[in-house]
Amino acid sequence: MFADLPLLSLVIWVPIIGGLLVLLTGSGRSGLQAKVLSLLVSLLTFALSIPLYSGFDMTSAQMQFVELSPWIDSFKINYHLGVDGISMPLILLTSFTTVLVVLAGWDVIKKSPAQYMAAFLIMEGLMIGVFAALDAMLFYVFWEAMLIPMFLVIGIWGGDNRVYATIKFFLYTFLGSVFMLVALIYLYFQTDSFAILDYHDVKIGLTAQIWIFFAFLLAFAVKVPMWPVHTWLPDAHVQAPTGGSVILAAIMLKLGAYGFLRFSLPITPDAAHNLDWLMIGLSLIAVAYIGFVALVQQDMKKLIAYSSISHMGFVTLGFFIAWTIAENTGSFSGAVMGMSGGVVQMIAHGFVSGAMFLCVGVVYDRMHSRQIADYGGVVHVMPKFAGFMVLFAMANAGLPGTAGFVGEFMVILSAFKANFWIAFVAATTLILGAGYTLWMVKRVIFGEITNDKVAALQDINSREYFVLATLAVAVLFFGLYPAPLLEVMDATVRHLIEHIAVSKVPLGAM
Amino acid sequence: MMNFETPNFIPAIPEMFVLGMVCFILILDLFLSERSRIVTYLLTQATLVGAFILSLSLYSSESQLTFSNTFVLDPMASVLKMAVYFAAFTVFLYSRGYLRERGMFRGEFFVLGLFGVLGMMVMISAHSMLTIYMGLELLSLSMYAMVAMQRDSAVAAEAAMKYFILGAMASAMLLYGMSMIYGVTGSLDLGEISSAVEGKGNQLILIFGLVFLMVGVAFKLGAVPFHMWVPDVYHGAPTAVTLYISTAPKLAAFAMMMRLLVDGLGGLQAQWHDILMLLAVLSLAIGNVVAIAQTNIKRMLAYSGISHVGFLLLGVLSGTQEGYAAGMFYAIVYVIMGLGGFGMVILMSRAGFEADKLDDYKGLNERSPWFALMMMFLMFSMAGVPPFIGFWAKLSVIQAVVDVDMVWLAAVAVIFSVIGAFYYLRVIKLMYFDKPLDGSSFKPSLDVAAIFSVNAIAVLLIGLFPSSLMVICKQAMGL
Repeated sequence: MFADLPLLSLVIWVPIIGGLLVLLTGSGRSGLQAKVLSLLVSLLTFALSIPLYSGFDMTSAQMQFVELSPWIDSFKINYHLGVDGISMPLILLTSFTTVLVVLAGWDVIKKSPAQYMAAFLIMEGLMIGVFAALDAMLFYVFWEAMLIPMFLVIGIWGGDNRVYATIKFFLYTFLGSVFMLVALIYLYFQTDSFAILDYHDVKIGLTAQIWIFFAFLLAFAVKVPMWPVHTWLPDAHVQAPTGGSVILAAIMLKLGAYGFLRFSLPITPDAAHNLDWLMIGLSLIAVAYIGFVALVQQDMKKLIAYSSISHMGFVTLGFFIAWTIAENTGSFSGAVMGMSGGVVQMIAHGFVSGAMFLCVGVVYDRMHSRQIADYGGVVHVMPKFAGFMVLFAMANAGLPGTAGFVGEFMVILSAFKANFWIAFVAATTLILGAGYTLWMVKRVIFGEITNDKVAALQDINSREYFVLATLAVAVLFFGLYPAPLLEVMDATVRHLIEHIAVSKVPLGAM
Repeated sequence: MMNFETPNFIPAIPEMFVLGMVCFILILDLFLSERSRIVTYLLTQATLVGAFILSLSLYSSESQLTFSNTFVLDPMASVLKMAVYFAAFTVFLYSRGYLRERGMFRGEFFVLGLFGVLGMMVMISAHSMLTIYMGLELLSLSMYAMVAMQRDSAVAAEAAMKYFILGAMASAMLLYGMSMIYGVTGSLDLGEISSAVEGKGNQLILIFGLVFLMVGVAFKLGAVPFHMWVPDVYHGAPTAVTLYISTAPKLAAFAMMMRLLVDGLGGLQAQWHDILMLLAVLSLAIGNVVAIAQTNIKRMLAYSGISHVGFLLLGVLSGTQEGYAAGMFYAIVYVIMGLGGFGMVILMSRAGFEADKLDDYKGLNERSPWFALMMMFLMFSMAGVPPFIGFWAKLSVIQAVVDVDMVWLAAVAVIFSVIGAFYYLRVIKLMYFDKPLDGSSFKPSLDVAAIFSVNAIAVLLIGLFPSSLMVICKQAMGL
């Protein structure tokens, strides 16, 4: 029954138009009207995104739910949407997370709640647009426009140093993406089209590929973020309100990784092959070095932010390890596991890091402190909360049975096929991740109560319970039974691996 | 024996109409009492609407020459003229309340404004160096007088004096350059010049003349290093006059550049290409970097305008029809955004309070969320963030530059646009993240509020559907 609806357009525009409505209607001080409307819009969007999964043909690597109509004729820019097995789960993740973010901000946001909710709804539509766009300019428009609501969310509802953090966030990502714009225009003149799928097939010389690769790298590495362009992330996370942190960690970071899969790898496979040592190196630095950095953080949000960077290192490692595996084993079939692991890690990290930031949000709303030293013994006063927090911390540390384990394990396993030392460094995360996460949990949740404010804490209310319980179910479900996720992406990942295994350098143009 | 025949007046009907109307308004205004001054205003607006209809009905894809080939009506001229009427119309809409509050609601403003429009029309349709010069002087003299209109303001008087002296020097340079070109080619007619310079790009005297011509053009556009007057004049002039100076004349200056460089000296493209590149990169750099240091929003917008001129020049220097169309698109987009930017200053100001400090915008979101949102649209558009219209203007220019294999220039342009994003973001920061200085609610007059909202929403809507405006610009360049 949903087959003839333009589902992708709906999941993009329902939240955007809903957000504008919220902006117009919700001028009341309590904003109850605005909140209820936002919740309804986000639930409707989530409901609309479910048929994307149920109607998805898992055996095909082709784009599905395709919509194509001319948008700007004089530039040959089309309104071209479609999803494959990689982008579809990410759209579901986005619409799911937004519902939780709306709930999480329910009675926490006191300052113009209507604008807050509207910003998140508009951002949701724009992020889904990024995942669904098949036209390079449409992609770029969503990609950049998304910065605007996030800029406002951090700047208006953020912490004390929010102005610095949000301008840094905006300029960093803006600088990264403008070079991508130049690269996209360059590709336009190679193909006479802005269709991303046309870019996948065009033959490009190696030198040009390397330039294009670096232009994309700047855009996506900033977003992921990869070491050494990660410094905006801890600032942005620490200053952002809880909802902002959740969206940043759960979705925005995935956009960068998604960009590698949609642009860098298929458009410039030879450059990616030539520079995979660099990408693997940067990924390992993120995994190991940033893991050590996380260990010494005093601020809970900063600690989770660094752990996010470290976990995203696994994602990029899984993507770029393909050629090393192929050279070592003689075939690309082993690379499928690494790349799938990267994608699983993206989704899993979306749930786990979102949940971690929500947990910090819960105690921050009560204590107005993110310092680990201010806490201790929370379990005595907030037993339900402590249960959730420990579960998510375990998932963050990659405990088997949780979603955090599956992706990391797949990437490490495939890294062993490539090179022992790569796998060795990557595996340090099992120790480091457990170290920094559990040490934080020990200092925050367990021990004696030393702070009088902690003694006065109230346990989570039913709204918070619902939000955290939903995430807990997701974390456990994908940890114990990741098969649905793997099935969805399998055909697409195999297709992508086959694609990058073939050189795109025109014959005789080396 | 002189052979006299009646020239074809039809292509110049809009000019003649505006001239007739402005003379009529000038005389009528003498007999109007202070209370019925509104008649002058309404007649001025009616003149612009009438001229728009005339130009629209004369639009044709053919190019028509008349008055012994000194006047041309081609698609580019028609489109740019219509954009000029539109810009002037909007300027007068914004200005009415502003002028009235400051005792400047007099006939002179509108008459001078219309004379300026006439000057721009002549520049746009010029096909001879003399016609260009005539139009330019008509425009410039009107603008000098408009800047000085607030007679008891020392800042305005200083700005007018600076503008006049520097403008006169620039005109002299332009005239000197024209005389040298005339000396080599023996003609003032752009068509004849064009065929005479073909293949003579290495003649020193021609290049000499070209350089002087370009000084004049760069001055009018406000491109670095001939930009010194821009911040002072924009700052010193009453905001209504700034609004006028900063918008429509850019279109005329763009047309002048196209007429002189492309129609006239197309044979010297290799030479002016390099000069334009220097002007463009310098304008992007100085405009964007110096704007960061400004505390006055009119000066900030002045420097931002300089950087926009840099982008506009990028389109022209690519030397392709697509590039010219991109430059024209950029000029029109800049006018739409500039109208909104200075329109905001008018909207916020009231008698005795010019709202020209950046700090005056603190906490605007708490005082008026609607206008803060509209202003945010304009700022993001100027910064070139999609989906606003400013993005498409930058995209088309960058595309034109990449098309002629100057990817490095595109990279320079985008780097400076990131630097430029900072000061636009700062305005948004002041409006959204800071507390208001005074909690007074502000009540803008209804017509200014309406036109400002329409202007800002247009920035978003044309940004979502830029196709038709782009097609118009491409057709104007014969694509």
